[in-house]
Formats: sequence, structure tokens, C-alpha cells
Amino acid sequence: MTEFMATSAYAGVTISLVSYGLGAWLKKKFGFGFFNPLLISIIFTIIFLCTCGINYETYNEGAKYLSWLLTPSTVCLAIPLYEEFELLKKNAKAVILGITAGVLTSLATVFVLAKLMGLSHENYVTLLPKSITTAIGMGVSEELGGYVTITVAVIVITGVIGNILGEFICKIFRIHEPISKGLALGTAAHAIGTAKAMEIGEIEGAMSSLSIAVAGILTVVFATVFAGLI
Amino acid sequence: MKYLKQFLIILAVSLLGEICKAVLPLPIPASIYGMVFMFIFLLTGILKLDQVKESGKFLIEIMPVMFIPAGVGLMSSWNVLKPVLVPVSVITVITIFTVMAATGLVSQGIIRMGKKEEA
Repeated sequence: MTEFMATSAYAGVTISLVSYGLGAWLKKKFGFGFFNPLLISIIFTIIFLCTCGINYETYNEGAKYLSWLLTPSTVCLAIPLYEEFELLKKNAKAVILGITAGVLTSLATVFVLAKLMGLSHENYVTLLPKSITTAIGMGVSEELGGYVTITVAVIVITGVIGNILGEFICKIFRIHEPISKGLALGTAAHAIGTAKAMEIGEIEGAMSSLSIAVAGILTVVFATVFAGLI
Repeated sequence: MKYLKQFLIILAVSLLGEICKAVLPLPIPASIYGMVFMFIFLLTGILKLDQVKESGKFLIEIMPVMFIPAGVGLMSSWNVLKPVLVPVSVITVITIFTVMAATGLVSQGIIRMGKKEEA
């Protein structure tokens, strides 16, 4: 049995999807931000693979087909952006300048802290795309020579913390405008933050979802510049 | 059939992104070129929303599942992460605060300035 498991291409992927479903169910039942289906699935799958002695390469034989869908799906992020385009145009200045400020702050914060703590170039570029959506962040990290798997983990954890603390952070910085709350959540915590923004309100949700694509694209542009600094 | 056709269009745009990535010497992922093309095609009417909507929405909805393999990859890069776990955690948390403050306050300032002008 163990021998079979160690070579199965489907076992790992099945566990990944089952634990994702479990996470979604927990999230629905308890409504607590930590029960992020993606986070739960990653943790469960790692525990499962380690327990059964399945190595990552074997798991990835099946799981790579999930990753394969990522590029076409990222391309589709243009669809909600197109649908929210009127909203963007109406608030163009606040949206563009707000998100640009956020993206530059994200890159600058990572740069300053990485410099202070003496991180290597590889670790630094791994963290540069940490605030943006996983699909784009993975690409940025890979292009710049970072550790993609760590980038993914950091992005997911950023999203989960942003989802949990988002409202509290808005409160301490006195961010009260619905548009600004949405932009802040989407720029700092991508899709997982957007889930929270949608809970707060419709404007917050729409603003947050358009921030995902805009912040992603701006990060692609500016990260290249910042990457050369360490 | 409709879904398959929509998926075909999405794949074709992805392919276009891949070609750009191969031709242009910029550190930009193929998916970003594709996303920009998709946006321009929708905006200019070369593609109608109906031609990509359902499959596109479906792909976006199930997108988190596609990150599982990369996340699980953490088990093989744990050795790299372990020595820098503390700085990485510190940076992860602090950045959330600075980014939210910058985005929120800058956009809020602009919105309120606009309101004052109107008033």
C-alpha cells in the first residue's frame, strides 16, 4: 500500500482537492480568516505526503496539471478588470495614484527591511512580489530568480493576515472612504483581502478586485527596477 | 461546446502572451502579456465579453486550487526558508501595514480633495 502510494500520480492531487474542500467548509462554518482553503490544503497535503513518504516530484507528476491552468486563468483576470473599468475611469486619479503609492511602498518596505536584515539577493527578490496576486507574483519571482515556492507561501500568508487584520488596520490609520478601504485591501492582500472587502461592502469589493490586476501589473514594472538594488 | 470555444479563445490569447515573452527580452511573465492583450481585445471589441465570460469566470473561481502545487513545493524548499524564517516573517507582516496605510491614505486624500472642490 505504502509502495503504491509513493508512486501514485493521483493520490496527492486527490488529497489536495479534498483538503481544499474541507478548508472551504470550515471557512463557511466558522467564518474565521485562518480557515483559508488554500492554506489548509497546503498544510494537509504536506502532512499527507510526508506521512506516506511521497516525494514532491511524484506528487507534482499529477499536480502539475493544476499549475498548467494558471497562465490562462491569469489572462482571464482581465475580464473583471474590464467589467469594473467604468468604476476605475470614474475614480481614475484616486485609484491609480492610491495603488501606485501602495505598490511603491510595498517594494520600498521589502527593500529597506531586507537591507537592514542582510538578506541575499535571491531571498530579497523572492519577497518583492509578496503583496500581489499569486498568479502574477509567481511569475515575477521566477523571472527575477527568486524561490517561487517561498513566494507563494508568503503571498498566501500575506493574504490571510490582510483578511484577518484588514478592518483593524483601516481603523488605526483612519481609512474611512469605502473606495480607499477596497483599494487598500486589494493592493496589500490581493484576492484573499478582496474576499474581506466583499464582505464589508459592494464598492469595497469592486475596488479591491480591480486593484488585484492593476497592482499586479504595476509591480511587474517596478519590481524589475527594485530587483537591482540588492 | 460553448465552454470549449471560450477556453480555446483564452488559450489562444495565452499563446499570444507566450510568443511575446519569447520575442521580447523583458522579465515579464507570459500571463501578463496575455492579460494585457485580453483587456485590449475586450476594450476594442475584438473580443466580446460573451465569448470568454463563463469559462473565464470559472477559471478565476477555481484559481486558488492551482496554487496548491506551488505551495506544497515549500516542503522541498524548507531548507532554504528555515535560516531566514524570522526576517521573512517580519517583512511579511510589516509590509501589510505600510501598504494598506499608503494606498488607503493617498486615495482617501485625493477623494476628499475632490469632494472639497465640488463643495
